[in-house]
Amino acid sequence: MRDFEYTAPNTLREAVKLLSEKGESARVLAGGTDLIVQMRARRFQPERVVDIKNVPEANELTLSPRKGLRIGAAVPCQRIYNDEGVKEHFAGLTDASMIIGGIQIQGRATLGGNLCNASPSADSIPALISYGAEAEIIGPNGKRKLPVEDFCTGPGANALQPGEMLVAIHMSQPKPNSGAHYLRFIPRNEMDIAVVGVGAFVELGGRSKSRVFKTVRLALAAVAPTPLPVPEAVAALEGQPVNDETIAAAAAAAQQVAKPISDMRGPAEYRRHLVGVLTKRALIGAVKRANGEFVPNAVQSSGHAVYQLS
Amino acid sequence: MSKIHVQCTINGEPTEFLCEARQSLLEVLREELGFTGTKEGCNDGNCGACSVTLDGVLVDSCLVLAVEVEGKTVGTVEGLASAHGLHPLQQKFLEHASLQCGICTPGFLVASKALLDENPNPSEHEVRHWLAGNLCRCTGYDKIVRAVLDASGTAE
Repeated sequence: MRDFEYTAPNTLREAVKLLSEKGESARVLAGGTDLIVQMRARRFQPERVVDIKNVPEANELTLSPRKGLRIGAAVPCQRIYNDEGVKEHFAGLTDASMIIGGIQIQGRATLGGNLCNASPSADSIPALISYGAEAEIIGPNGKRKLPVEDFCTGPGANALQPGEMLVAIHMSQPKPNSGAHYLRFIPRNEMDIAVVGVGAFVELGGRSKSRVFKTVRLALAAVAPTPLPVPEAVAALEGQPVNDETIAAAAAAAQQVAKPISDMRGPAEYRRHLVGVLTKRALIGAVKRANGEFVPNAVQSSGHAVYQLS
Repeated sequence: MSKIHVQCTINGEPTEFLCEARQSLLEVLREELGFTGTKEGCNDGNCGACSVTLDGVLVDSCLVLAVEVEGKTVGTVEGLASAHGLHPLQQKFLEHASLQCGICTPGFLVASKALLDENPNPSEHEVRHWLAGNLCRCTGYDKIVRAVLDASGTAE
């Protein structure tokens, strides 16, 4: 790894100044589980590294019914999935943050870094999109907000301008009668990269015997150059009754929209098949959670959850 | 570039060292400070051979810059045994023959201790899940898992 100037500012203002001075040749360091590997492989050779772990705003993890959930860009996965409020209200985020790497990685890796790294197969990004999350960005020209679904612009590329940094990710607290689920397929039990991932969020209306989909958000991992929201599947569901037929129609819509490639993790047609299977399961898991039922995640179940509506 | 002065605590002992920004904690532990119990395996965060604790959190020391440990507490495998003898996990690894070449062993021990500190009575599934970030290429995992389960409840 080439040497660089290490800086660890204590304020956002100082961090932005340090980043702006160097433009493209500065990189933000949070958990480092992607950046350090990339610097060692010489994919990035920054002149200056700005460690944001001493910046208070980047270290906050706060949740309130009125202000929602705010995850600082330097908060590691472990802090997120061990948080009681996150467990209770954002189970889809728990699903995703518990399967990024192993325990060692989860002690360092951040959802902010997972987002900025902009991998098409990132596990947390479909989950964040399903919660309608927004990225809070600061730069030399002040603050701005951007929906997470617009943040990634290509494999490894994001919407941040030189001198800008991600401060936090924000999402509203879901209403009652809502639930979410993130699922991925990998050929082993742990420690792998998604062949396909699906994040689903549903808010249900109607009476308990005749539930309807009121609000739905769905996003896919590893089937397009960026994490992919699927408004077509949402359109197929919203206002419709909760049953196997409507869920199958949404899964078919997701399969239509997916643009998978063939690579070492699987051929395109296999991935398209998986999109159908996982979309159904993610939606059923989200519906069950919306109804107050326990749906184990990949860690709790060792892969034996039952995905049937009743 | 000039070297950076870092102060931290390693296995309970106040320690200071000089390093370059580009040096990993793993590199400094092994090459500057003589803590060669911590092993380098893949050097990219897949194998867990370099596992240490940082303020009590289990991490891969190859993915931590040495400058990042300023003011922090580091725990390595050298901190497990005491003057009174081996740590119960070390004893159980011996009894269950949980090692062959031994390169992965310090990482497994540090990771297992971090598990038992947090969850003194883990299920087999919990042990296997927790240790998924540690790779062993000779013994296989069964003997390691058995040793950890045997040590659970008896470890400090």
